[in-house]
This record gives sequence, structure tokens and C-alpha cells, in this order.
Amino acid sequence: MSGEKVSGEKLHGEKLDGEKLDGEKLDEEKVSSDSVTSVAINDLSLSFGSVEVLKSLNLEVEQGEFIVLLGPSGCGKSTLLNCIAGLLDVTAGQIFINGINVTWEEPKDRGIGMVFQSYALYPQMSVEKNLSFGLKVAGLPKQQIEERVQRAAGILQIESLLKRKPAALSGGQRQRVAIGRALVRDVDVFLFDEPLSNLDAKLRTDLRVELKRLHQRLGNTMIYVTHDQIEALTLADRIAIMKDGLIQQLDTPHAIYNQPSNRFVAGFIGSPGMNFIDGVLEQKSDRWVFNAGDITIPLTDYAFLQNPQSGQPVEIGIRPEHMFVGDAAQGQAVVFSCEADLVEPMGADTVLWTTIAGNSLTIRTDSESTVKAGDSIDVGINPNRALLFTATGERL
Amino acid sequence: MVKSIHEGMQGPHGPKPKKSLSARNIVLYGFLLVAAFYWLLPLYVMIVTSLKGLPEVRMGNIFSPPMEITFEPWIKAWDTACTGLYCEGLKVGFWNSVKILIPSTVISIAIASVNGYALSFWRFKGSEIFFTILLFGAFIPYQVMLYPLVIILRELGLFSSLGGVVLIHCIFGMPILTLLFRNYFASVPEELFKAARVDGAGFWRIFAQIMLPMSLPIFVVAIILQVTGIWNDFLFGIIYSGTTNFPMTVQLNNIVNTTQGVKEYNVNMAATLLTGALPLVVYFISGKLFVRGIAAGAVKG
Repeated sequence: MSGEKVSGEKLHGEKLDGEKLDGEKLDEEKVSSDSVTSVAINDLSLSFGSVEVLKSLNLEVEQGEFIVLLGPSGCGKSTLLNCIAGLLDVTAGQIFINGINVTWEEPKDRGIGMVFQSYALYPQMSVEKNLSFGLKVAGLPKQQIEERVQRAAGILQIESLLKRKPAALSGGQRQRVAIGRALVRDVDVFLFDEPLSNLDAKLRTDLRVELKRLHQRLGNTMIYVTHDQIEALTLADRIAIMKDGLIQQLDTPHAIYNQPSNRFVAGFIGSPGMNFIDGVLEQKSDRWVFNAGDITIPLTDYAFLQNPQSGQPVEIGIRPEHMFVGDAAQGQAVVFSCEADLVEPMGADTVLWTTIAGNSLTIRTDSESTVKAGDSIDVGINPNRALLFTATGERL
Repeated sequence: MVKSIHEGMQGPHGPKPKKSLSARNIVLYGFLLVAAFYWLLPLYVMIVTSLKGLPEVRMGNIFSPPMEITFEPWIKAWDTACTGLYCEGLKVGFWNSVKILIPSTVISIAIASVNGYALSFWRFKGSEIFFTILLFGAFIPYQVMLYPLVIILRELGLFSSLGGVVLIHCIFGMPILTLLFRNYFASVPEELFKAARVDGAGFWRIFAQIMLPMSLPIFVVAIILQVTGIWNDFLFGIIYSGTTNFPMTVQLNNIVNTTQGVKEYNVNMAATLLTGALPLVVYFISGKLFVRGIAAGAVKG
């Protein structure tokens, strides 16, 4: 099957197949009724021609969980969301929502609501009509439509906007209406496709908090696609870091930040990014040390995930906030002198750029720091927070 | 301090002065005026001549305004001008043209808009090839297809009938109209379509309730294209409609080119103006909309 959009005819054909499999579906429902999995994805693949966008991807989302799909552009996160929504035909694999196999179902029959980056409000309809469109299509009685629209409008505080057309709304209001359109459908799973990316920084922060409140209040499962790591870290119960059509790590924000499973995740999360120094792992008596040029970092308490080998080429990763300058540097296990190349005041803190053993590094310091470019500084490293990666990028 | 700067303000400041009567502008506007005059002159001659009586026309001063305004030629052209054996005027052709125009325009635009919508949003296997073939059709000269179409219409039993001409106009309007609509719908954000699908709307509902209300400008363009194109058509009308269904253009030709009797220039001018009135009015009313719609469709391809 190609990755092209499906024709009406083909959809119809598939639907018939789906109906034939009704018996099977009931069985599946029974099997999974005792589990709380809200969305399950089994070995999902999708290719556009010869380009593999998703490669045998697996994901399980718990009931009421807020999952964020995070990754660089082109990693397949939006594609995955579109597959869950039923807007793209999968090449292989299955999608279950609430234990029901929806792989061949139409988007409307999947029990999902979706919010898009460009809001995608129907421009010729008032806010009220936008909200009620899906319900009218579903043939709900007028009374019920009215109630649901009022409830959603109340939750999102857009009652006063109901008579307006989308063109007369601000970006934040439009996105609220778009969320409302998912809300009125009374679905179990909400899908968000970079919903805040079109908003300015201030509004984005406000709506982010509102989204989190909304999730706490409704308790629905939410799957949220973004490339903004702050959004991911603040909103998610669990984050799925994606790259090249695969999930690199699926874990809580805390674990993703502090225990990244590979070099890609470590480098992707955090701003400024983690510092990496190339070097060699060596065993001295019963202690392991990291050597890079004239720098030696002792790894006394390092919890190895794999068996280390002496002489193994490794990369050590240290976050900018685990490196110190000035007085704070003196207490650290490793201290060395270098020169500050560049100073970036970021407001809350100041980032120093320096070069150690041929690697460009960043150090996060207090914004009161008086270091200027060209100053000689003492840098201290806390080796307890450092992480080691093998040459292939895995955690050591 | 601030004051002193203001007082000392010299050299260019504030809005840049506009030169209204530079040599460049004189040449430019002069050329535009001459061009406009050149293009309007024939129209002027036609109007003036159509308002003159025959004796005055014979005097040969084609540029002079009529000494005595008469609407007799207009009435004659509409009501009693002769084409061959019949002397019923242009009105017969006018009503034939209307009978061809309305169904052709409505049917072709209805089909082409659905085509364009399907090609933009419901891409099926081979839709690109389908579209390429359709586009290719737009560039084949009509003359190549005249005779095959005569045979096809004959076999369908539609030759020499209004239905036949309508069918031909629908077929030949399809490539350009489909292209027009496809390009317009291609500029509609795809997320809108996705949102409607999540809301449960199907092929026809999305078309009717989401896409149609937002595509009024392109419908206006399509209507203008079809109305002027079909009204001005001569070739298909003379070949496929049959003698009793000749459209206005063909009848005009028959009136103007009669070789018998006196050449009634004033009647001919009036008949021509009557025939050209509809496209002329359409352009005057909708010129702005037309350009806007064409431009809107052209942005994305």
C-alpha cells in the first residue's frame, strides 16, 4: 500500500472488511477489558514510497496519561499522530484504542479528538458552529449538542466568543476553540499536533499551563506532539523521544533528563545542550577514570550499565549546570583552568563558553557572574552527575 | 538638546516628496492614453454607426457623431434582420445561446469543482496521471478532435442538438476548470480537511459544507471564464448545434455576411454590439474579481 491518501472508494472497501471482522473485534475487546491501556501501537510501520517514516514502532499509553512525542523535525512524530487519528493509512502493524483494534477504522469512529497547529477552524462558521459541526454530523439531538457546546465553552472560557467567526479571534482564542472542538466530542483520547507552535512566547506559556490544568480536570488520555522540549518536560507524564521513525526512550521527564538512555537523548534534551568530551576509559588499580588529554575525571561512584573495558573509547557527558566556576569550582573533585571564550547572559543565568581539550563546552553560572570573555577561569566538574556513552552512542 | 537637533534639521526629512509631472510620467501617461484611444476607437465607430440611419452612413464620415440618433438599426437587428430565408432577427440566436450557455456553465463547473476537490484532497492511485492526462487535453488543438467528436455525437444521437453542444462545451471546459479548482483547493490548508474528517464528515459533506463556502472567488472566476468562452464560441456552435439551434455568434455571422441586397452597416454594427454585450458586461462588472481569482489560483500549483 502506498502512503498516498486513500480514495473514498478504498475507504469504503476497508470499512466493509472491518465490519466482517466484527466478531474478532469483540474478542479483542474482552481480552483487553481488564487492562487500562488507552492507546496501544504494535509494530507500526509507515512508508511513503521507499522512505520509511515509521519503523516497526511500539508504544503503550496508559489510561489518563499525558504522553509527549518529542523529536527533531522529520522524526515521524506527527506522522505517528496522524496514524493514531486514522488520517494516514499504515503500511504494517496495528493500532488499538481502548482495547479495540481501530487500524482500519475511520477517524470519527476511533474515539479521538484532534487539535492542529494551524487551528484548522472552519473559516465560514461561527465558533458555535465550529464546535457543533462534528456533533451535527454524528446526528446528535439538538438539545444535547447545545449542552455539550455550552459545557466546552464554559471549561475553556469562550462563552462570549460563540457568535464570532474565527477571523475575528486572536491566536490564543482560536486555539482554545480548536481544543473545544475536540472537547465537545466527548472522546477518551486527545491528540495534539504542535498546538502551541503558532502562538507567541507569552501566550504559549499561558496556554501550556491551561492545557495542564485541563488534563488534570478531565483526566483524558492525551498524546501531544511537539519539538519544544520545555513543553515536553512541563506537560508530560512520560516523554517519548523520537528519531528516524523510532522511539529512542520512553520515560518520565525526570528520567529523560537525568538518565538518558543514549547520546542522542542526552544531547537533545537540555538547553544549552549537554557537553560531550571524547576520551578513553582506563582502570587504575580498582578505580575507573576518564582520560582526555591532560584532563582526568575519576569515576569512583559511577554506576555502569554495561561492563566497562580499559582503553575503551568513550564520551563523557556533563550538563552545563554540573560545571562550576569561581568559588563553587574549588570544592569539586576535578578542577582545571581555562579561558572563557564567550559570555551569554540569559537573564536567569549566564552561559559561559570555553574550550577544553579541543571540545567546546558551556557552563551555566549565576547571572551575577562577573566573568568577561577572555578571562581565565577555574572550572570544577561534579563527576557524580556525569554520564558515559560508548562510541556507538549507548549509555555505558 | 532635543530641540536643538530639531532646529538644526536640514537636508531630507519627513516623507519623500513625490514628483507628479516628471518627463518620465508624461511619456508614460501619454503612451497609455494613445493606447487606450487606439483600442477604444473601433468600439466608438461601432456605437456611432449603429445609431445612424442608412443615408447618413452612406455619407462615409465614420468618425462623426450621428446627426439624428435612431434606434431603428438596433430594433431591426434584434427583431427582423434576415439570415438566409428566415427574417426573425438575432433574438433566435440569443435564446439559443442562452439555452446552450446555462446548462454548459452549470454542469461543467459542478463537475470540475468536484474534480479539483478530489484531486487535491482525496488523491487516489494514479490521480497524478489522471491529472496529467487532463492537462494534456487542454493543449490539444480543437481542430484535431472535431471530426471524431462528430462521429461520437452521431453515435450518441446527439448530433445537431442543443444537448450535443452542451456536452462538447462541458468536455472542453473540463481541463482548464479542473486545473483552476485543483490549484485553488491546493491552497486550502490540509489540516482543515483533516479536522473535518476527524469530525466525521465524508467526501460530499466536506465539499458542500467546508470547501464550497470558502471557494466563492474561484467560482466567480470559473463562471466568468465559461460564460465568456461559451458565449463567444463559434466553431462548436456551427458544427454541432444544427441549423435550428445556431447560437448568436453564428447567426451574427450569417447576418453580417449576407451577400444579397444592400449592406446595412448600421444594422450589422448593432447586431455585433448586441452579441458582444454579454461578455462586455461581464468583464465590466467582474474585472477586479476575475484578476483576483486568477491570481489566487496561481499562487500554488
